[in-house]
Amino acid sequence: MIITRPRDWARIRANLDEIGAKKVFIMGCGECATMSHTGGQPEVLQAKVALEQQGREVTGWSVGDVACHSGGQRLEVRKHHGEIESADAVLVLACGAGVQTMADAVDKPVFPGLESVFLGNVVRHGQFEERCQMCGDCVLDRTAGICPVTTCPKGLLNGPCGGMWMGKCEVLTDRECVHVRIRRRLAEQGRAKTAAPLPPKDYSKKLKPGQLDLRDRALGHEKADTGTGSDS
Amino acid sequence: MSRLRSALEAGEFVVTGEIAPPLGTDLSAMRRAIEILGPVSTALNVTDNQGATLHLSSLAASRVVVDMGFEPIFQQTCRDRNRLALQSDLLAAATLDLKNVLVVTGDDPRGGDHPQAKGVFDLDSTQLLEVVSGMNDGHDMTGRPLKGGCDFFAGAAMFPEAEPWDIQIGRALEKAQAGARFFQTQAIFDFDKLARATQAMHDAGSYVIAGVLLLRSPKVIDFINAKLAGLMIPDDIASRIRDADDPTEAAIQLAIEQVRAARGIADGVHVMPLGLDDAVPRILREAGVVA
Ligand code: SF4
Ligand code: SF4
Repeated sequence: MIITRPRDWARIRANLDEIGAKKVFIMGCGECATMSHTGGQPEVLQAKVALEQQGREVTGWSVGDVACHSGGQRLEVRKHHGEIESADAVLVLACGAGVQTMADAVDKPVFPGLESVFLGNVVRHGQFEERCQMCGDCVLDRTAGICPVTTCPKGLLNGPCGGMWMGKCEVLTDRECVHVRIRRRLAEQGRAKTAAPLPPKDYSKKLKPGQLDLRDRALGHEKADTGTGSDS
Repeated sequence: MSRLRSALEAGEFVVTGEIAPPLGTDLSAMRRAIEILGPVSTALNVTDNQGATLHLSSLAASRVVVDMGFEPIFQQTCRDRNRLALQSDLLAAATLDLKNVLVVTGDDPRGGDHPQAKGVFDLDSTQLLEVVSGMNDGHDMTGRPLKGGCDFFAGAAMFPEAEPWDIQIGRALEKAQAGARFFQTQAIFDFDKLARATQAMHDAGSYVIAGVLLLRSPKVIDFINAKLAGLMIPDDIASRIRDADDPTEAAIQLAIEQVRAARGIADGVHVMPLGLDDAVPRILREAGVVA
């Protein structure tokens, strides 16, 4: 899921002050931001109190099913039409995708209320770890199910680098070097011998912005499978 | 052909030194270091934004070494450039008559003087070595032929004292396979480990140049232990310098012993003077490496 953290309130305040927003509508997200405890109902209500303490009026708030779903968000906007209409701005407590969905659905200034940080695994309640950067060219088949692109701080495909010391990582010194872990696990599974160095990554698979249209795929257009860069 | 390469192939014990380009455009201090180290070295490494801190480029500084009549080892890290820039700099290096290239991953930007920088690492050191090998074969990394090729003598870094050894050696062999003909090691304190590493690399057809670090002062030791990735000074060595009346002289004596020890094992020494450039000729003389 998408991991978010609260955004510096000074920035939010400055955003609202800049357009002289006295009345604000707050939109949360019932999916990732609720799980992250950054944009669920309790956090939306906290934001409401914070805005009111700044002397602003909160015209209404909502936590829809999932903020990054265009259709769902439009529905949510219709439900709160009046409250949004009377607001000067909308503050969205969701990831950047959710903020943009909202910005497309209303014609008011929309501001981000959170920082979107990574696609995270839930380690346990309230503790998240980044394991995948969605590179579009997965190497987990070659790396014993440990992603070096994401979990090696340098993102090296082949390692360890020269900074590894006694099995520990140069950058995150309290952690094992990812490439030591990969090589150990490959060896344990008897796969070390077949492990040739990985070739350079195909970053065209990660060209921005990503796009995928399953309707195209149903029609047999494989191009829809990857980022826009591989259309030709 | 590279002088470093012909010396190694002729079985000579080589010496490589280290030149740090300036932060700025005043080359006088760098030229002075080249004047001191050049005459006693087979080739001089020219570092590439070492420690992820900004310096004049290794490419330009390597050419200064050539102009002064000595041979540089152009260092290229994977940290600051993507594959287009790396290849274009390699082509530039060939036209500037730089014959040796040392390929390293590079320290993470978070440890340097621009911690906000994006670490590029588009290629890793093994992949970049393959690119260099390909250029020596006359093509870029997509396979397109080069108009006018390259003949680099390529090297890589190696860490004989960093455990786990099976992983270290596996990694070094991959680099050799990718085209590393010589290896410059991190500072050596345990010469049995150097012997083990040298044997393995000789079997793979590569040369080993052993790192010798001038531990000038207790402060330098603290700095290395705290800041330099992949290196720890053993306590007995550290206390030899710390407890000495004249730490600089103790460091010089230690280096002389280490150069002598390396001489019986490896194919050369890579001296990292950490500012004590003036002492290097004496160390090499007293170790019997230069006349
Ligand atoms: S290799 Fe790419 S797709 Fe696979 S886990 Fe890593 S970042 Fe995700
Ligand atoms: S020590 Fe290992 S995990 Fe850490 S940056 Fe180097 S290769 Fe990556």
